[in-house]
Amino acid sequence: MIRLRYFARLREQLGTGSEEMAPAASVAEVLERLRARGGVWAEAFDGEQTVLVAVNQETVGVDAPLADGDEVAFFPPVTGG
Amino acid sequence: MDVIRVQEAPFQFDAEVDALRAGNPAIGAVVTFLGLMRDFNDGDRVLAMTLEHYPGMTEKSLGAIVAEARERWELQGVRVVHRVGELRPEDPIVLVAVASPHRGEAFRACEFIIDYLKTRAPFWKKERTESGERWVEARHSDDAAEARWRDEDLSGEGC
Repeated sequence: MIRLRYFARLREQLGTGSEEMAPAASVAEVLERLRARGGVWAEAFDGEQTVLVAVNQETVGVDAPLADGDEVAFFPPVTGG
Repeated sequence: MDVIRVQEAPFQFDAEVDALRAGNPAIGAVVTFLGLMRDFNDGDRVLAMTLEHYPGMTEKSLGAIVAEARERWELQGVRVVHRVGELRPEDPIVLVAVASPHRGEAFRACEFIIDYLKTRAPFWKKERTESGERWVEARHSDDAAEARWRDEDLSGEGC
């Protein structure tokens, strides 16, 4: 399994902060599955709003490969400091 | 010794700076950046703010930013303390304190660290205004501030 995490505006929009998912080959494949859920999921990941991705807490691109046990996080552009 | 902390509790500016420089006579300069919560943003009065972060990744990304600063400049110590949770106007949000033998390195490294923190460390601000709550939008000016340091890499002027 892989663990998905959502933060900030995205977490509120999706109504959840984390979930488990069957292993996927890449971040792109996870995004395909999430969009296929329709509704707020399709809206959140349709490319209209900027969504950043981290795998095992390192920022990556959507083509990044995944392995069983990975943690994949999705979040909006950061606004700390 | 570098110190990176993410915490809900307030921090004491003087105590942090004292701890950074204590017992190290090689330090000739300390430059600090203290980020504070404003009561005004994007034309509205802001009553309070909640800071969310990604525990684990936040510390990791701050560690990588400090490591990059250490590669670029000769530093004697760095402290980054960032608050999360509920904040009120006038509250300190973040402290970046950099110690080095000479002021030039300390000034540049301090600005570099806060510029990178603002665009790379996974923190998100949510403001409470008189008309409700809203997530703070990322600013292009912050991206531009970060990009300057990368442009300097290309032209070799970074050091």
